[in-house]
Amino acid sequence: MTANARMGRREFIGATGMLTGLLAAGSPVALLAPSRAWALDLQTLSSEEGAVLLAVARTIAPHDQLDDAPYALVVGALDVNAEHDAATLELLRQGVTALGADFVKAPETERVAALQARESTPFFKAVRAATLSTLYASPLVYAYFGYEGEAFSKGGYLHRGFNDLRWLPEVPLSDSGPVYGAES
Amino acid sequence: MATIAHDDSGAVVIVGSGAGGGTLAHELTRRGIKVVLLEAGPRLTLASFSQVPGEAFAQLTWLEPRTQSGTSTVVEDYPLLPSWTAKTVGGTTVHWTAAALRAQEWELRARTTYGAVEGASLIDWPLNYQELLHYYELAEQRMVVTRRNGNPGLPASNHFKVFYNGARRVGYSQMHTGFMAINSRPADGRGVCIQQGFCVQGCKTGAKWSTLYTEIPRAEATGNLDLRSECRAVRIEHGDDGKVTAVIYRDPSGQKQRQKARVICVACNSVETSRLLLLSESARYPHGLANSSDQVGRNFCHHTGGFVWGVFEQPIEFWRGATLAGIILDETKNDPKRGFVGGYHLEMAALDLPSIAIAGFPQTLWGRELGFVMDHYRSMAGIFINGEDLTRSTNRITLNPDVKDQFGLPVANIHVDDHPNNAAMRGHAQQRAAALFKAAGAIKTVTSRQTPATHNMCAARMSRDPKDGVINAHGQTHDIANLFVSDGSAMSTATSANPTLTIVALALRQAEYISRQMNTRVI
Repeated sequence: MTANARMGRREFIGATGMLTGLLAAGSPVALLAPSRAWALDLQTLSSEEGAVLLAVARTIAPHDQLDDAPYALVVGALDVNAEHDAATLELLRQGVTALGADFVKAPETERVAALQARESTPFFKAVRAATLSTLYASPLVYAYFGYEGEAFSKGGYLHRGFNDLRWLPEVPLSDSGPVYGAES
Repeated sequence: MATIAHDDSGAVVIVGSGAGGGTLAHELTRRGIKVVLLEAGPRLTLASFSQVPGEAFAQLTWLEPRTQSGTSTVVEDYPLLPSWTAKTVGGTTVHWTAAALRAQEWELRARTTYGAVEGASLIDWPLNYQELLHYYELAEQRMVVTRRNGNPGLPASNHFKVFYNGARRVGYSQMHTGFMAINSRPADGRGVCIQQGFCVQGCKTGAKWSTLYTEIPRAEATGNLDLRSECRAVRIEHGDDGKVTAVIYRDPSGQKQRQKARVICVACNSVETSRLLLLSESARYPHGLANSSDQVGRNFCHHTGGFVWGVFEQPIEFWRGATLAGIILDETKNDPKRGFVGGYHLEMAALDLPSIAIAGFPQTLWGRELGFVMDHYRSMAGIFINGEDLTRSTNRITLNPDVKDQFGLPVANIHVDDHPNNAAMRGHAQQRAAALFKAAGAIKTVTSRQTPATHNMCAARMSRDPKDGVINAHGQTHDIANLFVSDGSAMSTATSANPTLTIVALALRQAEYISRQMNTRVI
């Protein structure tokens, strides 16, 4: 679970901020996580900045049943980018400042309106890109979206349901093909 | 496996080990010709392919910088990835989705069929279709293509059932699980497809044809192949007589090496092929090699493409199964009444988490709409549009002197202004694909914009008249008799077919020509 690497590394010295949370009992994320409590150290961004960015990520890609933890990974990715690139740090700081600390507690309609007004800004594009490429890439969310992960070690799906759909008519053999190894 | 000395001037040097270069290497070595095969990427194995989406992408993809310009929406949407190509032994045949389609007879006569289209630089191919057909058949035997030569089709997946029923309900009649270079039963010493999904990650069973584990090891077994992976060609040299004499490359430690050659074949996947020819400028060839016509890099084509997604209420689980094993042929025709010339294929397609959100959706999709669509990831179906992109002389690969690679060489710039014909075709195809999904029961559809090119073509095209292109019908450059182009750049026009089968067919034909010319000491 490499996407989880920055979580819970409490031995890090000099962290500038931290995001913490508790996974909802029985949530798809909690089933995979080693413990329900999680913490993410930030090396460059402050806790307040991290909280705003987490709220932006949640507004861009809202999944109400998904815990904050996978969204915190987005903030972690942005923090790494900011650590290595001063221009990114400046971009994020300016964007967060413009949204204001109240963004975190604002109702969703207000958060959406604030982001819509900034849709063409480099700040929005950067956070949107990080949200999509981090949130949806994390194995933490596979179960939530139903994705079954690597299949080779289980023999693929040839005999494990690649053709188990029954809510539409079957395809004639002439336009399909025989299932290798199945009784014919 | 041979070891060929750097100063051995008797070998053929092929740059690039994908569909063109890998196939050509096998064909020449089995005829007794010594070949040095240079490949910029590393040699992976089936066992080393990752099935973690981000890792797999990083493992196989050419990630070095390229720049782009033009009015194409790709410039805005994918600033860092104008083209999605591979950097690994086997090239794009490692990440391809294995649709092995033939171009149509009328597509090879694009200029004649479509007439004079304003803003396009169409030509007819300098190649008779019946002759190409012969090599298509050889390529299909070689690659073990389904629905050809008695090979069964791939079985219908859940995803295909949605695609097929929707197609039938909107009145299509020519659709099936495709002409796929994927084993529907064990063949060629390779296993059967186990429907593990996401073919772009590399096929861990080898059921999908790739030069990595077919042509290249067979070439090595002849004792005539010297494969050098992680070796980057940076320049081609020539002698006083104008013929090419050597390839300069950086070895895995970054040291410059010079490999002498009797014949040089460039097969670096269009963008890098044009770049290498342009980088090889000299006093005698001030605009680069084989470029007296000023055509190197011009007429660059991708395919008119993009995704359409259907969101359903019931589960589909489209990651289960061969990614692209579904095709509709009905729109592969030239019917200008549709509002555009040329045709397109509708191809079933799935994308992984997170690629679907990054590359499959328009940038405007976020908020509750994105949340709704992604919440239905297990209930989605997808179609990839693959239509003819019209050649334009101003769509062009050039060198960008402002951006340098790790060796200090200018990177390629890709300039694309979408032809109005492309926009009309894309709009038509998007409507048809969305109608198909609605007919199958979709509660919502999502349409992407143009996606980064995976099919890079025509930038060193074959032409009857040397003024119109770079190479003749055998891939031999018009200017230099012992310099060849052996990849998708060779295609005169893009056609509506995924290009790999055509690239392999042309490589099989080219190998016969090169060996004949070498045997008779013409080159």
